[in-house]
Amino acid sequence: MKQVGCTPYARETQEMKDIYDGPILEIDVLSISFFTRLREIPAVMDFSVKVMPGEAVGLVGESGCGKSTVALGVMQDLGKNGRITGGTIKFKGRDLGQMSVEELRKIRGSEIAMIYQEPMASLNPAMKIGKQLMEVPMIHQGASEKEAYDRALQVVTDVKLPDPKRILDAYPHQLSGGQQQRIVIAMALMSEPALLILDEPTTALDVTVEASIVDLVKDLGRKYGTSMLFISHNLGLVLETCDRLCVMYSGEAVERGSIADVFDEMQHPYTQALFRSIPLPGADKNSRPLVAIPGNFPLPHERPPGCNFGPRCDYFEAGRCDQGTIRMRPVKGNDRHETRCLRFEEIDWNAPLAAAITKDKGMIGDVVLKMEDLKKYYEVSANALFGKSGETKVVKANETLSFEARESETLAIVGESGCGKSTFAKVLMGLETATAGQILLDNRNIESTPIERRDTKTIADVQMVFQNPFDTLNPSMTVGRQIIRALEIFGIGKTEADRRERMLQLLDLVKLPRAFADRMPRQLSGGQKQRVGIARAFAGDARIVVADEPVSALDVSVQAAVTDLLMEIQREKKTTLLFISHDLSIVRYLSDRVMVMYLGHVVELGTTDQVFSPPYHPYTEALLSAVPIADTRVKKKHIVLEGDIPSAMNPPPGCPFQTRCRWKSQVPGKLCETEVPPVRRMADGHQIKCHLSDAKFAEMEPVIEIAAE
Amino acid sequence: MGLFILRRLWVMILTALALTYIVFFLTNLYPNLEKLAKSQGNFRMTDAQVETYLGNRGYLQSTPLKYAQWLGVAPGWVITGTDGETRARCAAPGAAAETATTFCGILQGNWGFSTVFKDGVGSIVATRLALTGKLMFWVMVLMVPSALLLGVLAGMREGTRTDRALSTVAITTTATPEYVSGVILIAVFSSSAVGLKWFKGTATSAMENATFENFFLPVLTIALYGMGYIARMTRASMAEVMTAQYIRTARLKGVSFPNIVMKHALRNALIAPFTVIMLQFPWLLNGVVIVETLFNYKGFGWTLVQAAGNNDIELLLGVSVVSVFVVLVTQLISDIGYVYLNPRISVS
Ligand SMILES: Nc1ncnc2c1ncn2[C@@H]1O[C@H](COP(=O)(O)OP(=O)(O)OP(=O)(O)O)[C@@H](O)[C@H]1O
Ligand code: SF4
Ligand code: SF4
Ligand SMILES: [Mg+2]
Repeated sequence: MKQVGCTPYARETQEMKDIYDGPILEIDVLSISFFTRLREIPAVMDFSVKVMPGEAVGLVGESGCGKSTVALGVMQDLGKNGRITGGTIKFKGRDLGQMSVEELRKIRGSEIAMIYQEPMASLNPAMKIGKQLMEVPMIHQGASEKEAYDRALQVVTDVKLPDPKRILDAYPHQLSGGQQQRIVIAMALMSEPALLILDEPTTALDVTVEASIVDLVKDLGRKYGTSMLFISHNLGLVLETCDRLCVMYSGEAVERGSIADVFDEMQHPYTQALFRSIPLPGADKNSRPLVAIPGNFPLPHERPPGCNFGPRCDYFEAGRCDQGTIRMRPVKGNDRHETRCLRFEEIDWNAPLAAAITKDKGMIGDVVLKMEDLKKYYEVSANALFGKSGETKVVKANETLSFEARESETLAIVGESGCGKSTFAKVLMGLETATAGQILLDNRNIESTPIERRDTKTIADVQMVFQNPFDTLNPSMTVGRQIIRALEIFGIGKTEADRRERMLQLLDLVKLPRAFADRMPRQLSGGQKQRVGIARAFAGDARIVVADEPVSALDVSVQAAVTDLLMEIQREKKTTLLFISHDLSIVRYLSDRVMVMYLGHVVELGTTDQVFSPPYHPYTEALLSAVPIADTRVKKKHIVLEGDIPSAMNPPPGCPFQTRCRWKSQVPGKLCETEVPPVRRMADGHQIKCHLSDAKFAEMEPVIEIAAE
Repeated sequence: MGLFILRRLWVMILTALALTYIVFFLTNLYPNLEKLAKSQGNFRMTDAQVETYLGNRGYLQSTPLKYAQWLGVAPGWVITGTDGETRARCAAPGAAAETATTFCGILQGNWGFSTVFKDGVGSIVATRLALTGKLMFWVMVLMVPSALLLGVLAGMREGTRTDRALSTVAITTTATPEYVSGVILIAVFSSSAVGLKWFKGTATSAMENATFENFFLPVLTIALYGMGYIARMTRASMAEVMTAQYIRTARLKGVSFPNIVMKHALRNALIAPFTVIMLQFPWLLNGVVIVETLFNYKGFGWTLVQAAGNNDIELLLGVSVVSVFVVLVTQLISDIGYVYLNPRISVS
């Protein structure tokens, strides 16, 4: 029955695939709303975009601007309360909105495929990978089990997974995040769709894994001639993957054009502000600080009249920008370049950044914190479910960590998941005790004093700002109260009034209006919550603040403001900042020294300049190459690491990086595989843990070069 | 897998030992023994007489020792009483103490003697358990498929009218305890009050020869109660699974709705209710006590009531041991099934 029903259709689509040469996807003045009990939420308004065959179009914007809604609108899968309220979505000239459920079902998965953010969640946990893949051709092409299996095998090989047969026979949880994402990609490519929609496909992945996935998607897109709609909040990533770009703000497209036009000749104030708020090479925290976009993103039902960006726009003109609807208008001279700004022709786009206030660099003072051969091993039972009996395994989360940090210094700790960054932070905070080695805080040993036994002074001195501002605040306590609690713990202020006064000062310090003291956390935006987190950390005049990815959960436009705030407080209070991050752009922007970690080892340590220029540790080199940079002038060396990060439970012998190192063959003998490399002093204060000879180090070329203008 | 089961069995035996010890301890509290002495001997015994009576029959030994004897790991007592007669724990009723074996506990198959039924506990438990087994079997046959069907249908499209209607039914049935639903069912279907004399109000005849007519009402009474609960669990689990990302993936792959439900959602949705079904067992045993008494079906639950009501210590102990094992075995099955259904838990 299925066979009979499918075959003619397959032929028909095959013909369609061949003869159609207009735009693959054409979204025209699309509006989408969600209907809740309270109100209608217009998530997308007046949105148009066109994707030509073989073209990759990027969709960029901040969280909540409606990117995913557009994608799901194309898939006609808006859920119970979402509805298209205007406009059309045409796929190969046919209106998707007019199609019957059955017609849609035939297009989904065979002609349009979608990949979304969390790979683990998009695979059925109780179904073998092979079966999930084989389903696609079996539904759409009426393939037999055998044909489907062969196809699955071929596609899994195409996405460069090792041992395809074994993988087809595995369950999703048996694969790593990167492998799962490859499977999701494979699934999308099973029937060679004409259009692939990728909704933040790499956000959950590590940078080096992200780089290899992006590479793969680009390759496959070329190989199969697939058109792509690539959704991302990362401008750098879009630059690397797409031909054209559409910038969204608050439900609308605000600028649209080719990558070159939008990146180099932007014609919308929001696009400009976005670029100024991300740390590009050349930005510097003292001489050329980032410019945060003032204000907050409007909620869909609270949009201002006229231009949505008006309240945050530097070029706002009352009486003009706040009236009527503003339409997209073409930019003369450029190919299909449009902008939604009334004043774009009047604005001098090349005007230099209004002389940013340059700030004096804080003087770096004495050593405050010193680590010597710090080790932290965890013992885990090999069999998690039926613990107790059976042998235990040792996870070496931190292996001989030695460094010192000075007053007013920012030391960045860089590395991917599982490299031991957070473990180190926990040991320093006293949430865990060290296995060996010592931590000296003002020459006092604190490595084996857990937090309950630390005196208030030590606790107040070493504070932490967490990654996720959403779950570190107590949801049922006002902001002011939470800060006062922290003050009580640190024993600051004699009376309640004292503490209240101090709390208000802290709010000033983190640039929050004093009225926020009486607000509940849920009434704050992500950036504001993170400010409260910072205020709390500085409540006891912390001297060392560990910031664990403090901005990675925040939107691009807010990140700049929060980073700047941290820097400013640091300058004022002479704080030692340990900045944990995987984002090398921001690290380069704000840190004085950088420590690169891999599988518990410090593989490189030096000043920012030393680490960001050759000679590199081979891992640093790959990491630098993997970070997408949103600047068309930047030329990067293309280094793609094979495979995944090994598990810390089961590290390779010898050099921790040897399974993925491209320089390994340059080391004579089997040294890399058998011996842990020694720490080598390259220059004053610059150390690298690697077996490479000095001659090889001298050969290294810079990864990032900025083409001269 | 073998090792896993072995380990589980070991845990089970330990649990069973602990639980039976507690029951043993409670039934052997002095007031209970005193009652026993009076009902076995005569009701006008003085306290001193009670003491000698109990002492002569080994009841006043320490509880752990008595427990060990009951289990059959310690030699049974042989006591030459104050009245000059020699009694032995292991002597058959009426036989001389000298002929008794050394060990006689449940391990040797000696479950003791029921004072109410005047029969060996072992044989009583066996026959009664078989009767209850029959009842439970039909309860499961009726309850599980209908509960799962109800739950899946309701959870498949959350918030629709079907969902609301089915959920109301499910809530009503769990909210009604067996003694209420049983009485209502009897009143409606078998008494002259309503006049629908479709079924019999007593299930005594079902013990030998179960027919639809005499067995349906007790089965339905127990099943209704458990059904609502399982259906609610299945519904919740199904509804959650239907909103999962991977269901969206399947939908956007072009899988048809029936196939989404059957191939993608069902297995995931059944993981949680499966455990619940197994955990329901102990609760159903509750219902069994009520329903068997109500319908005068002389199964395990009814026996339990009789034993407890008549201070029949040995029978009570036997019944407890068996109940503990029934519960633990269902747990074991539940664990194994869970591992089988959920590939994320692997057993080495
Ligand atoms: N099911 C829903 N019901 C009500 N409102 C919704 C629903 N889904 C999305 N929205 C709202 O629609 C707007 C656009 O959301 P959308 O998910 O498209 O944003 P996004 O750009 O993809 O953001 P992110 O980068 O965080 O993924 C948001 O304001 C969001 O709160
Ligand atoms: S229309 Fe006015 S407010 Fe809007 S972006 Fe242009 S200049 Fe700014
Ligand atoms: S020691 Fe060998 S494997 Fe390790 S980073 Fe250096 S060259 Fe690569
Ligand atoms: Mg999204």
